[in-house]
This record gives sequence, structure tokens and C-alpha cells, in this order.
Amino acid sequence: MQTTELRRSLVVQAVRVPLWALALLLFLGTWASAQQEASTPSRKATIPAQTEKIDKAIEASWSDAGVRPSPVEDDLKWCRRVYLDVIGRIPSFDEMSVFVKDKSPDRKLNLLRRLLEDDQYTQEYANHWSTVWTNVLIGRNGGMEERSLTSRQGMQKYLRDCFASNKPYNTMVHELVTATGATKPGSEDFNGATNFLAMKVNEENAVQATAAVSKIFLGLQVQCTQCHNHPFNQWKQQKFWEFNAFFRQTRALRRFVRGTDDIDHIELVNEDFAGEGSHPDKAEIYYTLRNGVAKVAYPVFVDGTAVGKSGYVAEVNRRGELGDLMMQSDYLDKTIVNRMWAHFLGYGFTKPIDDLGPHNPVANLELFETLAKDFRENSYDLKQLIVWIALSKPYQLTSKMTKENESDDPTMGEMPKFSHFYTRQMSAEQLYASLAVATQANRNGNLEEQQRRREDWMRQFVVAFGTDEGDETTTFNGSIPQGLMMFNGDLIRAAIALEPGTWLNQLSTGKGTPQDKVQFLFIAGLGRKPRPEELSVATQILVARKGEVGGMLQDMWWAILNSNEFIFNH
Amino acid sequence: MWNRFSTPNGMSRRHFMSHMAGASAMLGTSLSLGHSLRVHADTLKKNRKSCILLWMGGGPSTMDIWDLKPGTDNGGPFKAISTSGDVQISEHMPLMAQQMHHMAIVRSMSTREADHNRGRYYMHTGYVPDANVDYPSYGAVMAHELISQRPDLEIPPFVAVGGASEGPGFLGMSWAPFNVTSNGRVRNLEMSVDSDRLNQRRIALDTIENSFISQNRGGVLEDHRKVLGKTFDLLTSKQMEAFQVDKEPTEVKERYGVGGFGQGCLLARRLVEAGVAFVEVDLGGWDNHQNIFRTLENDRLPVLDKAMAALTSDLDERGLLEDTCIVWMGEFSRTPRINGDAGRDHWARAWSVVVGGGGIKGGQAIGATNEDGTEVDGEPYSSEDVMASVCHSLGISLETTFTSRSGRPMKIANSGKLIKGLFA
Repeated sequence: MQTTELRRSLVVQAVRVPLWALALLLFLGTWASAQQEASTPSRKATIPAQTEKIDKAIEASWSDAGVRPSPVEDDLKWCRRVYLDVIGRIPSFDEMSVFVKDKSPDRKLNLLRRLLEDDQYTQEYANHWSTVWTNVLIGRNGGMEERSLTSRQGMQKYLRDCFASNKPYNTMVHELVTATGATKPGSEDFNGATNFLAMKVNEENAVQATAAVSKIFLGLQVQCTQCHNHPFNQWKQQKFWEFNAFFRQTRALRRFVRGTDDIDHIELVNEDFAGEGSHPDKAEIYYTLRNGVAKVAYPVFVDGTAVGKSGYVAEVNRRGELGDLMMQSDYLDKTIVNRMWAHFLGYGFTKPIDDLGPHNPVANLELFETLAKDFRENSYDLKQLIVWIALSKPYQLTSKMTKENESDDPTMGEMPKFSHFYTRQMSAEQLYASLAVATQANRNGNLEEQQRRREDWMRQFVVAFGTDEGDETTTFNGSIPQGLMMFNGDLIRAAIALEPGTWLNQLSTGKGTPQDKVQFLFIAGLGRKPRPEELSVATQILVARKGEVGGMLQDMWWAILNSNEFIFNH
Repeated sequence: MWNRFSTPNGMSRRHFMSHMAGASAMLGTSLSLGHSLRVHADTLKKNRKSCILLWMGGGPSTMDIWDLKPGTDNGGPFKAISTSGDVQISEHMPLMAQQMHHMAIVRSMSTREADHNRGRYYMHTGYVPDANVDYPSYGAVMAHELISQRPDLEIPPFVAVGGASEGPGFLGMSWAPFNVTSNGRVRNLEMSVDSDRLNQRRIALDTIENSFISQNRGGVLEDHRKVLGKTFDLLTSKQMEAFQVDKEPTEVKERYGVGGFGQGCLLARRLVEAGVAFVEVDLGGWDNHQNIFRTLENDRLPVLDKAMAALTSDLDERGLLEDTCIVWMGEFSRTPRINGDAGRDHWARAWSVVVGGGGIKGGQAIGATNEDGTEVDGEPYSSEDVMASVCHSLGISLETTFTSRSGRPMKIANSGKLIKGLFA
């Protein structure tokens, strides 16, 4: 059912090439008048109260810091940003046209509503955020390793369902932290949420579960305190093990393929825990200080709230208790607001975004806390939070810096002041999805096959660090391997393919002058018309191609896809 | 006008590109001339310094490799053996034992970062992770400082083999590690068009690229252009042959060991010969919380021993060791106390790194740990000190200062000091 839905939605968004020349004319006409109108709005746009709070606080911080904001970016560029950040790809030609034709002062809000509420985008929205969160929860490599017991598919399926139904964020966290059941889709008792912890509980007394839950959901970096009190961190070793005690009833059991000793999936269960001293009614754990002294710990939450010491699940379900306590913590609210703010603005209120410890400075503390509180009071509705941020002033500014805000450069160690949009590279996933919509590449086969091809493609960028904790990084980071992939990789070859039936083939054999066709490429890829010097290069290349329009379009499309203007979110 | 779009017969790409550079002014593009400086190539080659970092991901137990405590509670089962230098090392490193006259063991490392990510960052940069400044890693710093010695280099000056290394920080993406697998395979090198057409595409690309850069949208765009230029260089460079480790004779491959790390070390030698300034070769699997001694004896140490010994002796035989500094280290070491799973956990307070070549005085141990291996006796050394000493061995001045755009000066190697006794 989802497959056909997705196909339908993709067809709707696809560029209708046979009509492209007409569309182009309409588009350019409407665009010009829209640009004009946008500069003279007849009535005011609707602004949510929280967006006003953001604008007020950020504007105050600009004058405090002695910077002046860059001008507001033109609407079509804002539209490209929103598509990239909200559904993970650039808008198609048709989608830009729809946006441009909307003359209402609320055209931005209308676009956000379309992306967030219209059924045709549900699947893409859910896929995008599922991708983002899968990487957060199990890493880019999670479930891809040889003999991995994590089901990446299971994780994604769970997350897609969460985002498709706009499940409140707190509910999602509670489910991820307390999940029991089978990791693999299709198995009895399947619960995809179990994939978050499935590989983090059995080894080393669940220290990875301890570190991941506290960091990802509470913004507390505790991994160093496993072995000693940390000099820069308020956390003490005792707290680490008290937090760890919540995970000690949890086991990841291997389930085998019937009649073989091949592991089929993991079942995450809560079992009675006898404690390391074998007193299940007071199930303690031990840890060792650096001076060799052994200490004891029971489950205690970060705010000091202790739960029952019993190891019997029927008396105290420790992960259940943890999930409930997390729901009360304002670290929960702050961490997600920080994550979402950084997703849209490029930097969070803290750096890194998942370290909210008291040692770490916060850029605009008051706004940060207000937003966190508002988010909680609005039922942890992620879509509302997206609207607040995407309509805010800082998200609408151009990425062009001015003399008055050049100093606002977080790459140079400054706290971000959000006085201009921070240019940043698309993620590999955004590039992949953008090419799919712009060129209809990777459209063969069913959804599973398409996803598998995408995962295979993603794999080439993952580099592991060789530690037990599965640390990893990506080479899709603007370095030469990425450059080579963009020059010669299969994905780009498919995107510029000229065989009959391809997008570029239809464009090159359709009606219209070569110049119109080049114009179309620039709008489809960059959301703007070509400049005179760009048209002139195209003309020269056409001569070099001996008048063969298809070849020239190939070269120009290759250049557009490889350009900074395409690969950066700006 | 149109003849600019095809390369005349007999004209090399580079020559062609220099014509293009002149013509491109009309298009408002700025094509790079490539490396037009070819002065004193031989003189430069002679004094060309390089560094090879053997990175032991996961944190190797140096107490079982370079600083044994046989017969003590913490010592474990391994015995110490004599070497060609004035030091003893693990019995499971017999080949390195014959090369130790080239190497110095710094046994008095004492650091504070015992988390993998923090430790890796600190040992690679000389700085602890900082929320506000992205510091450049060893490879980026060394490549940046040594690039002027290799004007003909067309391949990246910083290559990471079989691992990720750490990034270029504030030096920008054009100093990022070039990641390859240990067999030297570079993905996506095969071009689908001839070089004429590639050049034409490049002009179109530069035209779009440049107008966007001129709009002052941030330094990342300048980096993107530089990386594109390097990618073009690499596509057409003959020096890419250096990556073809397969072309080595079978006996050479076997000397290094046929696994990933052995072939990676052989690749490192080929790259240094080709002029690469900094090569990092990764060997993971040292995070031995369980069954450490079996893993070391049967798996990790034989691999390490063979490859490291082959690399050291091969560089020496080729006369390259004098100008090539070898550094062996991980993010930290492991607890002297053996845990309940016959493993060792993370320990940064007292441990060893090994350095050699590049004028470093080999055959010696510097500093010492106490009897049970838990503390350093005498002066402790840090990541900064190792980095400063490596810089010195490569002729890089310790007065070198980087200045961030915000005007903050930062001394190379975070003002580390020379490790006493490493240099004669």
C-alpha cells in the first residue's frame, strides 16, 4: 500500500517534461510578478507567537553583539531550503511553480502546510526524518556490518511510522527507551523501536545504552565518567553507574532460524536481575573507583530521583521507570529543540548539540529555554516546531554576508549569532533524493529495491574507526572522494544519461530552442535563470558538440550538479 | 573562439590548460595553471620530508608490546626479549626486535583522555575537543607545512589508508585526508568522457562556481573550489600509479604481510616515494576489553610486527628513513590491572608511543613507568610533546603559528615541547 502511495506522489511531483516549454514560460512570467509583489505585501503575513519570540530574542542578540543581519533571502531560495530541510530534497520544477503562483502574503506558511499536512508529502516527510533519526540512533553503519544483529529496516520502519503519524516526540522517546520485542520486520512480536538498544545492552554491562540514551535524549555526555570522575563534567562516576543500573534487566536474546544455528533476529526483553551480589530484591551493581575501591549503585535518575531497588521486573520495571522519569526532565525538551534548531539553522545553541552540561556555553540561553518550554506545552508536536523555526527571521536571511556580520562565523570559533544563513553542504541522503526528483534517477523497481540501492550507495562514504563502540565518520564531507563521486560516479552518470526514456533525452528531443532548454536546467537544478556568461558557455559547448543538443545539455547538467550552488544548502 | 574547446593534437592537457587560462578571462573564469613551478626539483626531492603515522585504533595495550612488566600482578603472560637497540620489547614482536635500533620508545606518555573519540581527537591534534575551534589534525598540519617541498605533487599530500584519520579543522577541506582502502583502490576514477570534453565541462562548472563564490557566502565555498581543482588534477595525473600497490613484486607484498595493514604499509612507502607528505595507516582491533592476551598473541601483534618491521627496514634500505618519520600510537593504552574478562580497559595515565626515522635517535627508551605500570616515573609527556618532536624531526619550526580569521594566534603542536633525548 505504501509503495503505490509513494509512486503516486512521486509521479505528481515529477517534472512533466513534454509540457516543459509551456511551464517554463508560465513560470518565468509568474516569477517576475511574484518577486515584485513580494516586495510590496498588501497585508501582513500570519506569524505564530513562538516565531515572534524567536525574532525578538535573536534581533536583541544582534544588537548586543554589534552585528547587523543580512537581508532576507528571495522567496524561491527560501523555498529550496525548506524542501531540503523538511522533506530532504530540492523542489521540482512544478513545485517551484506552485509556490511562485501563490500570491498570498502567507505563501510561506502555505508551503509549510503543504509539506507537513498534505497527504502527497506524508511519505517523503516520514522517509526523510526516519533517515535523519536512524543515523542518530544507530549510526550510518548500524545494521550494515557483517553479521549485524540490528535490523536497519526495522529501525526505519518504526521511525517512518512515527513521523508519518506525527507521533509526539516524548512518546517516541518513551517507546525507544522502553521497547521490548523483535527487531526484524515480519517476525512475531516485531517492534522496530527495539533496534535502538538491541546492540547496546549485552556487551560491557550496557555502558553503550547508558551513554547513548543520556547523550541523544538528554544532552548529557557521560561516557567518560564510566571509569572516573570527569574534570570538565558535572557528572560523577557514581551517577554513570546509577543511570546504567536502569538497563541491567534488559537482555538482547538471539533467535535462530528454525532448525539451524543462524541468527534470525534479536528479541529485546526485560528479565529479572539478580544483581551482582545475588540479592534480587535489592539488585545492586558494582563499579570500581580508580583507586581500586569497589562501590555499589542502584537505579537513580540524573535529578536524584531513586526508584525501587528490586531486580524483579514485576516489582520494578527499570527501563519503564527510566522512560517515565525522562518524560519529566527539561533536558528532554532542550535536547530536541537544540537538535531541531541546528537542523534548520546549521548550528545549535550549544556545540556540540548533544552536550548541555553546565560546562558548555549556550548562545542565547533565554530563547533556548523559552522554546523548550513552549515545545513541551504544545504537546511535543514536531511539525509545529518546524513551522516556528522555518518562518523565523534568522531562517529567512540570505547566506550572503555583509561587512556588518562577517565576524559571525562559527567555523572560526565564534558563538553563532544567526545574523546570516550559514552555508552548508547537503547530506549524502539529501543529494540522493534531490537527484531522484530532479532527474528521475533510481526509479526502477519497487520501494524495497530502491531503498536497497540507496543504502548500497550510502555505504561507500562510511569509514569506521575500529573501536568496540562502532565509531564512524563519513567521506561525504566535501573532500576529494566526494568530488570523484560527483564527477564520475554511477549516480551522476545515471542523472546525465541520454538514452531514450531518460529525463535528459526527453528534454533534448522536445520542442524549444537550446537556450530555453539550458534555462530549464538552471531552474530545475538551481532555482534561478542562467546568467549571460553561463548561456555563452553553453553556446560554445554546443559548437564543440557539433550542434548536438543532447550532448551539450549533458555537459551543462553535469556542471550544474557539480557546482557549489547545487550541493550547498544556502 | 570555438577552437578553445578542443585540444590540438600533440598538446598535453596541462599545456592546453595554460592556454585556457589566458582565454578564460573573457569568460570571467579563473582556471588554475596547475603547478607551474618546476624549479630545482631534484634539490627539493633530496630534502623532502615525510611522515607515516601507524594509527592503532581502539587503544593498544602498550604494556604488552613496548613496556613489559613480566612477573608482576599486572604484567600478563608475555615475556620481554632483547632487541637490536638498547631496549626490550614483547616476545611477540620478534621482527621489530631486529629494527629497534631505528626506533625510540617514549614510555612516559601521560594523557587525560580515555574516551575513544576524545582520545583520538587529542592524539591527532594536540588539543582536547573544543566546542568552538576545529583544530587541524597531524596530517593536515604536516601537509600544509611540507607542501612547498613538493611543487610537482598532483596527488593529495595527506592520505589516510584503511581508516578515517581526523579532519583538517580550520585549515579547510582542501587539506582533508584522502581516504583509500589498503589495496589502494580509489573509487570513481574512470572518466566517462575524454579529456577535451572534461575540460569543457570544467569551464562550464567554473563559470557557475565562481559567480557564486563572489557573493560572499562563506569560506566553505572557497574550499569547494580548491577541492574541485585537486580532483581534476588527480583524474589526469600519472602519479596515481603510486596507489597501485598490486604492481609490487610478490615477495615485497609478502614481506609486509598480505593482509590489509601490511599492504597499507607498503602503499605508504609507495606514496612517500611519490612525494606524499603524510600517510596514516590504520590498524584497528585494539579495544581489547576481553581476552586480550589471546587476541594480541594470535592476531594483532603478528600483523603489526611483520608490517612495521618491513616498513622500517624497507625505508632504510631505500635511503628514505632519514627523511621519513614513523610514528606509532593509539588514542590511549589499557589498564594495567587485568579485568574479570581477561581484558584490559581504557587507561591514559601511563603509556607508550614509538617514533623513529627523520633523524630521531633510535635504539632507546625515553622515560619509564613505575613497577606496576600505573604511573609515569619522571617527566611525563603529552600528545603536544610528541607532535612538537615529530615536527622538529621534519624540519618544521616550532615557532610556526597559525592565525584564525578571528585573529587568534595558535602555535603549532599547541606549544608542545621537544621530548628530551630524542635528538642527538
